[in-house]
Amino acid sequence: MKNPLDSISGTIVAGLLLTLVLYLIVKTFFVGA
Amino acid sequence: MDFLPGIARWVHLVSGITWIGLLYYFNLVQMPALKDAGADGTAVGITKHIAPRALFWFRWAAVATWVAGAWLLGKGFVDAALLRNGYAAIGVGAWLGTIMLFNVWVLIWPNQQKILGMKSATDAEKTVARRVAMLASRTNMLLSIPMIFFMANGLSHKAIVGL
Repeated sequence: MKNPLDSISGTIVAGLLLTLVLYLIVKTFFVGA
Repeated sequence: MDFLPGIARWVHLVSGITWIGLLYYFNLVQMPALKDAGADGTAVGITKHIAPRALFWFRWAAVATWVAGAWLLGKGFVDAALLRNGYAAIGVGAWLGTIMLFNVWVLIWPNQQKILGMKSATDAEKTVARRVAMLASRTNMLLSIPMIFFMANGLSHKAIVGL
């Protein structure tokens, strides 16, 4: 499997996915905490 | 009138723009340009005159951004670090920024010193340094995407995005 960090597009897609994952984690487990 | 948080926010934004702007310059402009410049023998112009100056502003802007951000959080600093009391979203942004600061000073800068000849290194060490510096820089570009999302929406505007 190719390392997404070897391309700009892979880096940006990985960054967007991480944003979504972190958003869902904060919203699910930390909002109101 | 409490003017200091306004100054802290201003310094945080100006230094943050300088830091992340140079991070995007390295990834979007300098890395691909060095590949082409290496092919026609003009890379030294970048590595000798541009990269050291860009790295100077890059690493110190990172420090200024972090310090101004901590100052801006003020009494909320511990709550942000522990992701509690309504500071969870901005805390995620702060942690991502802290990891990025670590990458700048521990992975990118020491390896760039080897690559640019500021520190002695063998050709084999330079090859490893290039890969480590590149991956750390790309990691920071990746982390900057969620970091900016949580910085922009993590505290005063969190209701807009349901946080």
